[in-house]
Amino acid sequence: MKHKTFLWFFLPSGMAMFLFIAMPIVSVLTQSVFAPHEQVIREVENCTLFGCSKATQIDQEATRALREAEPMGRFVGPSIYTDRNHLAFAEVAGIWRNASGLGNFFGQVTNLPFYDALSFTLTYTALVTPLSLVLGLIIALAVNGLPRLFRGPVIFVSLLPMIVTPLVGALILFWMIDARGILGAALQALAGDPGLSVKASTPLMWAMLIVYGVWSSAPFAFVIYYAGLQTVPGDTLESAMIDGASRWERIRYVILPHLLPLTTFMALIKIMDNFRVFEPIVSFSAGAHAKSLSYFIYSDLGGETRLLSSAAATSVLTIAGIIVLLSPVLVRTWHAFGRVRA
Amino acid sequence: MTISLKRLFQSALFSSSLLALSAGAVSASCGDIAGRVSVVGNEFPAIHTVTKAAATCANDKVTVKANLTADHQKINLPGMQGNPAEYTSAIVATSSITPLLNGNVIRPLDDLVAKYGQDIPKRQLITVNGKVVAVAFMANAQHLVYRDDVLKKIGMEPPKTYEQLLEAAEKIRAAGIMKNPVGGAYATGYNLGLEFINIYMALGGELFKDGTPTASVKNDQGVAALELMKKLTGYMNPDFLTHDSNATSAEWEAGNVALMNMWGSRTGVLMDKQGSTPEVYENTKVGAPMTIAGGKIPATTLWWDGWTVARNISDADAAATFVALKTGTSPAVLNDTTMSQAVWMIDGYKPAPVNQGVMMTMASGAKPYPMLPYMGLLHAAIGENVARYLSGKADAQTTLSDIEATYTAAAKEKGFLK
Repeated sequence: MKHKTFLWFFLPSGMAMFLFIAMPIVSVLTQSVFAPHEQVIREVENCTLFGCSKATQIDQEATRALREAEPMGRFVGPSIYTDRNHLAFAEVAGIWRNASGLGNFFGQVTNLPFYDALSFTLTYTALVTPLSLVLGLIIALAVNGLPRLFRGPVIFVSLLPMIVTPLVGALILFWMIDARGILGAALQALAGDPGLSVKASTPLMWAMLIVYGVWSSAPFAFVIYYAGLQTVPGDTLESAMIDGASRWERIRYVILPHLLPLTTFMALIKIMDNFRVFEPIVSFSAGAHAKSLSYFIYSDLGGETRLLSSAAATSVLTIAGIIVLLSPVLVRTWHAFGRVRA
Repeated sequence: MTISLKRLFQSALFSSSLLALSAGAVSASCGDIAGRVSVVGNEFPAIHTVTKAAATCANDKVTVKANLTADHQKINLPGMQGNPAEYTSAIVATSSITPLLNGNVIRPLDDLVAKYGQDIPKRQLITVNGKVVAVAFMANAQHLVYRDDVLKKIGMEPPKTYEQLLEAAEKIRAAGIMKNPVGGAYATGYNLGLEFINIYMALGGELFKDGTPTASVKNDQGVAALELMKKLTGYMNPDFLTHDSNATSAEWEAGNVALMNMWGSRTGVLMDKQGSTPEVYENTKVGAPMTIAGGKIPATTLWWDGWTVARNISDADAAATFVALKTGTSPAVLNDTTMSQAVWMIDGYKPAPVNQGVMMTMASGAKPYPMLPYMGLLHAAIGENVARYLSGKADAQTTLSDIEATYTAAAKEKGFLK
């Protein structure tokens, strides 16, 4: 393709990427290094239905002068990134000095809000990504083995978890695991403990969120793998059969290598998706047991007093986290691309 | 969930009736005003009554519309920051007025009161630093709700203290009447934060160091508050950290709970015939809020609901908004249906049995919820960290230090602390 043609071909996408990807990133970056002005507080007397009392108020006149001098707010550099509610450099250093061992160190660090959210987010991503791919592959192989007549209905049913809105799907599971719900009661009977509650136990809540994650994202892997299976060359499979390869050996040596590029592609998408896990935590009211980075941003923005700079800093850290996680896959794709060209 | 769905339908019905009213242009005695009235507020029956009555001022010179939603706090500040502001009024409560005051988006009402509001009783005027910032029309508080039949079965009077409540809970459990007889809105976040604040203030705790924005909860009262909460949760459904006011009400209506500290504005739902069996709703009674450890202050906070007028609107719109909402909260709105919807602070209000709890709270010496610019930040910090204590992830001292540290980081970012 000529460079000029390519430029015109790429221009609309480039503009869109600039507007919808680059600009928001620049905006959160800026937001995260500026904070609201120091508030001038003065003592006042408030009177309500219930009598008068001493209270404080923001002195709007004095604060306005500050605001007009610096409309962007107060430049705070990286101090929001390093404060206790984010990377907590000072606190982590303190814990490092006083911790009695590595276990104790990690225990105390995950007590800090950001690392607490990060530890769940990473666990969730690390488990849900491979598990949903494997489950999707198993369903795809099973459906592919069915007689043509049944495939349509089975595919439809397998896709349901993806069709259901995440918030609603998670709510359905949330009610089922209630102490009086069908799954919750079944678990109590199985464990022989009538006081067992999934919603009250941190490990069970994590397990439930991960189960939900796998359940809701396996259909995506299934659809892609099923499409991929239709492209497996028939003659290679036949010759493998003639050579006496078992069903497992055919999967291992013919089908899996054929599906590898698809797997890389899906791993990329799924890591990005899982790293910003959010809906199930809201639906499961799991905030006491599991927080993700997105949930962290949500609670900063949802409070009575909005913490915009804090939310922006967490957003930037989330973007950084995704880049770090994706880099091995990206490097792999780059090499593969290089090999093909060479 | 069923409750919120019910609310959703109600709100849909109400909003459509609201539109019909404004289209009907039945002009009440609203006087000579012209302008735009646009109200944003929380969504419950009493506020519907107010906005519906305000809409009677609509005519060809005055438009009245209302956006009532449980998410009002997320939209009222942005909706009033523009110039002209989208909302000419926000209906707020004790805590939700502070972001509007901090953002300087509501106007002092003194001149409007002088011109149009001479007949508003003085006690309804909320003042900050001597300036009227809101007009209150109802009061609300959390107080004891109990099952009369269950307490009779164990031979106990309604508890006056949390110690008596724990004793009653133990007896109910021991008698095999209910497994988890205590209820409470202990959902992580806002609800849980408020329960801690209630108990901590009843123990005589001060949330901030004498008048400064520095939080101080790491003390004996803080530890005692956490320990009492842990004892209470021992008698609650193990899922308590996921139970907000809606879920707690549902537990009550299902007949699983016999004692709880609940909002006065929600007792109507518990005592009506919908969503429950006669055994439950006929025996649901309200009582004064409880005290702790021989203290005099009950473990609750007093709240008012009132209306404000936006700053960034024309004076004509402000006058129209003031008059319409004054009409919406005038004695004329009280009738047989609306009388029991709230503890109205309007002349002519006669308390219904369902409202006795709030009346008793007001008479009991309860403290109002603090109206401070940085209160929301501390409330959020408490809500997050107390959940960690109750689920056994942190001990009391760590939890209290964490509350202070979380708050301090947020308050520094917001410029309240250096």
